[in-house]
Amino acid sequence: MNLAAKDILGTQQLSLEEIEGILDTAVSFKEVSTRKIKKVPTLRGRTIINLFFEASTRTRTSFEIAGKRLSADVINISSSTSSTVKGESLIDTAYNLEAMNPDILIVRHSISGVPHMIASHIKCPVINAGDGAHEHPTQALLDLLTIREHTQQLAGLKVAIVGDIAHSRVARSNIHAMLKCGMEVTVVGPPTMIPVGMECLGVKVLHDLEQAVSQVDVVMMLRIQLERQNEGLFPSFREYSNLFCLTVDKLKHSRKNILIMHPGPVNRGVEIALDVMEGPHSVILDQVNNGVALRMALMYLLLGGGSETDH
Amino acid sequence: MKLIIKNGRVIDPANNLDGEYDVLIDKGLIQAVAPRGKISARDAGSAKIIDAKDCVVAPGFMDMHVHFREPGFEYKETIETGCDSAAAGGFTTVAMMPNTDPVNDNRSVTELMISRARAHGKIQALPIGAITRGLKGETLSDMGDLKEAGVIAFSDDGRPVMNNQVMRHALEYSRMFDLPLIQHSEILDLTKGGCMNESRVSTELGLKGMPTEAEDIMVYRDIALLEKTGGRLHVAHISSGESVELVRRAKAQGLPVTCEVAPHHFTLTDESVRGYDTNTKMSPPLRTQSDIDAIKAGLKDGTIDIIATDHAPHDLVDKQADYHSACFGIVGLETALPLSLRLVDENILTLPQLVAKLTSRPAEIFKLDQGALGVGKQADVVVFDPHHEYTVEASRFKSKSKNSPFDGWQVRGQVRHTIFNGKVIYSN
Repeated sequence: MNLAAKDILGTQQLSLEEIEGILDTAVSFKEVSTRKIKKVPTLRGRTIINLFFEASTRTRTSFEIAGKRLSADVINISSSTSSTVKGESLIDTAYNLEAMNPDILIVRHSISGVPHMIASHIKCPVINAGDGAHEHPTQALLDLLTIREHTQQLAGLKVAIVGDIAHSRVARSNIHAMLKCGMEVTVVGPPTMIPVGMECLGVKVLHDLEQAVSQVDVVMMLRIQLERQNEGLFPSFREYSNLFCLTVDKLKHSRKNILIMHPGPVNRGVEIALDVMEGPHSVILDQVNNGVALRMALMYLLLGGGSETDH
Repeated sequence: MKLIIKNGRVIDPANNLDGEYDVLIDKGLIQAVAPRGKISARDAGSAKIIDAKDCVVAPGFMDMHVHFREPGFEYKETIETGCDSAAAGGFTTVAMMPNTDPVNDNRSVTELMISRARAHGKIQALPIGAITRGLKGETLSDMGDLKEAGVIAFSDDGRPVMNNQVMRHALEYSRMFDLPLIQHSEILDLTKGGCMNESRVSTELGLKGMPTEAEDIMVYRDIALLEKTGGRLHVAHISSGESVELVRRAKAQGLPVTCEVAPHHFTLTDESVRGYDTNTKMSPPLRTQSDIDAIKAGLKDGTIDIIATDHAPHDLVDKQADYHSACFGIVGLETALPLSLRLVDENILTLPQLVAKLTSRPAEIFKLDQGALGVGKQADVVVFDPHHEYTVEASRFKSKSKNSPFDGWQVRGQVRHTIFNGKVIYSN
């Protein structure tokens, strides 16, 4: 399978065929991580740069491990070590990195659109590892991979995404991808956290968590950022938890095989109760596990798929 | 030097003139506007002839909202380059906003701007004084002194006067000087951190939105204050359909309120922000099609008095940034005419109505002696071909800055000659 675009900037630009192709490729890479020697020579001699302008442990590590298991050389640049703190512009940073001939640039930034700006200035493929409140395509794809493992097929499934939709790139990437896969999406949260025009994207909006989880096959809880309370989007954590923390009690009318997901990192007891997080329906660690295979698949596909020997 | 502009269609809304006339200019003044071919050989004498065949001959355009960045930000624009840009766009009078560094809130800055304009500027560039000291929205500037120094209006543009009491006092106090207050209407707590219109598009792009209510609430507040205070209110760059309706109602009540619109606000919607091109970032932001429809209705029924560009030059370093951090604003002087002519193509305005919104109407509101072609008036004239088609090339703008979302656009309507004080200052 070949990807249409040079970059992976968002799920909004991916076709259903591309999404399915990426998931299928990821399945074939899962096995590598179960070996004793967790390495294949696929991207030997290739250079992958993780350019993270925003703190990240899980995503950055996942990309790094994915690159290394494909034998690529992976370089990590975080905001504290990058030149932008010295006043170098984003574009100059991108030009300088490109001058060292990387094969993939992985970019995370707290402002929406930055990976797109960088991608439009350089020839090297860019993977968006999360931009502002815009997109986080690899998270959405690994979420779909996880769901598909448990349900075999995606079309027709009902999903609730719960929490701060307004500020969530995970929500947006999942909405675009899930709708393409024929799933039904409901977003759930206080009206202050549901941005305008949400219904135009093709999702339902609810403000009652218990009602929402009683109707769905998958519930995806989002992390609540601590600073949102100061912005007045909700009165207190206590109140937020009363209304939107996923507890055993709120799940009492849910379907028997409901899947519970969270992109992490989790605020335990704020958006999800500890016993639910560690309970039988939780696939949170499966998501993390699938992240590596999914990112291996994307790197492989971006760098020419199976035609490795041609280079 | 004598000049005759022949064979053109003269449109002079101030004198209700639209027809085939020749214009004789001498000693910097309009000497005659006579039916085609009727200027006598004796009067014509050795005059230089401008053939305006297929062209419109109109009073030089007036743009009551530009940022020429001098003093303080000369790397973006100077009064000299700004005036060059204006001349290329057919403008012979502009009003310069006071958000310079230092701010034009005192006589010395006003005098500096006026002397720079006289020394370097090809056209008439008039200063607008700050409503409040340092544009801080706290203490009124010395309006009397500023008026004496030569400002033609007051504005804190770029920033709104947020404090209700300060705005009330500004309206009351300005009555003594009979100059309009130009408000940049934006309730800042509703737009904090915002960089585009709040809409379905901002939701998809994950950018913080600036809702139209932020504009509407301040327009409403100012009109409410104006009812009691008197004074004159001019709403800058109206962008929200609801705000147009608020102005319409206030005018129906007979209140002294006027407003302007910038060409980009009736040309582009927030859909243009997709792709994160920072040349689509301005304040107020690009809105939706329904806002554009309301603006066009407001232009048609006269609710919107004038077209002003909000010419806001920014250097590449200020624009080649992420969308959130990039500066607000675009250059507008050199694209105003072709974008505005689209209103004529769409039957929103007649050509004379459009010319009025660029000439006689701004002259009325700001009580200036320009914007007309009467005999004895200073000869400020634009000759433009409304049909000539070409591609906008931002790199060829006379403005020092090239930040335009219209680069590469195929447009119609080109300035052929700009004449200021009887001299041809621009030809193309």
